[in-house]
Amino acid sequence: MKSIKSILAAALISAVMTGLPVIGNVSAQDAETWSLRGAIALEDAAPLADVKKQNTSGKLGRAYRQQPPLIPHRMEKYQINSKINQCLRCHDWPYSNEEGAPKVSETHYFNRNGVALDTVAGTRWFCTQCHVPQVQGRALVRNKFRNASEVE
Amino acid sequence: MSNNTENNENTGLIKLVWRWFWLPTARFALGTLLIVGFVSGIFFWGGFNWAMEATNNEAFCIGCHEMEANVYREYKQTVHYNNRTGVRATCPDCHVPKTWVHKIARKIQASNELYHHFLGTVDTREKFEAKRLKLASNVWKVMKKTDSRECRNCHNFDYMDFTVQENRASKRHAEAIDTGKTCIDCHKGIAHELPEGAFDEERKLNKASE
Repeated sequence: MKSIKSILAAALISAVMTGLPVIGNVSAQDAETWSLRGAIALEDAAPLADVKKQNTSGKLGRAYRQQPPLIPHRMEKYQINSKINQCLRCHDWPYSNEEGAPKVSETHYFNRNGVALDTVAGTRWFCTQCHVPQVQGRALVRNKFRNASEVE
Repeated sequence: MSNNTENNENTGLIKLVWRWFWLPTARFALGTLLIVGFVSGIFFWGGFNWAMEATNNEAFCIGCHEMEANVYREYKQTVHYNNRTGVRATCPDCHVPKTWVHKIARKIQASNELYHHFLGTVDTREKFEAKRLKLASNVWKVMKKTDSRECRNCHNFDYMDFTVQENRASKRHAEAIDTGKTCIDCHKGIAHELPEGAFDEERKLNKASE
């Protein structure tokens, strides 16, 4: 009976001895040592890994004044024909409100005679004639292109 | 049996056959009846299943030119036909339920499609295009009602790795789970062309379900 008590006491003491310094050093360790988890508290969910993110900063900048905005997502299979334009599923009013997508510019609703229409004008119907998807790829041809704003 | 007919002279043929059917047999052993019944049961059930599967594949579906010339050719351009890993979803994978009861129900409904095939309701591209919005919204309604059951045979929220989805996709899918949306609410026209006025119809459908 006595021996069990002494073992228990020893275990308690060793636990306190080893445990205390860890608790005491938490703030000191944070500065230099990082867990694999990073600085995220255990009860918080880790943010999604940064894989396959084509655009992390919202709208993409334009390289020159007249540049049609680039498309920061995949759209190869979108149906754009006389029947329907799938881009407008999110970018036409009122869908753009609900989907949180940039609305097509108002200029796109005027036909060639300057008459305002309720739908995107036929002359502007085929989005991909001007707007192209952007990818983070290497330039196909080596070139010295610079943004217009960077040119002296 | 002869006694029966003598007793009831007014008995019709159907009644006669009915009585004969329920008479105990004196000629065959119970074992014979059981074995014959069992074997023919397997045979008929197998045959039934075979017939059901024979009408449940792509080759059968595109046997009708309405399917081959319109929806099949469009489907051939899509990711469900041709993709990186070579997994293919054919017509019945999306359009015929896998569970038995729903499958039978769908098969019975298909008799309407046969009727319209022989009637020639959509036997030209022009007729098909004119009807397309109605046909498509029929399918959308069904998929909405079943919570996109056929989609979810392969695509399941629980098995999705949001980290390998594009940032927009992962965000919207998380929203969809929270708001209890179903696949077809957004994913229309993924295997076939969208008809004119599809988005207006979509708004109507989604509004009605809210």
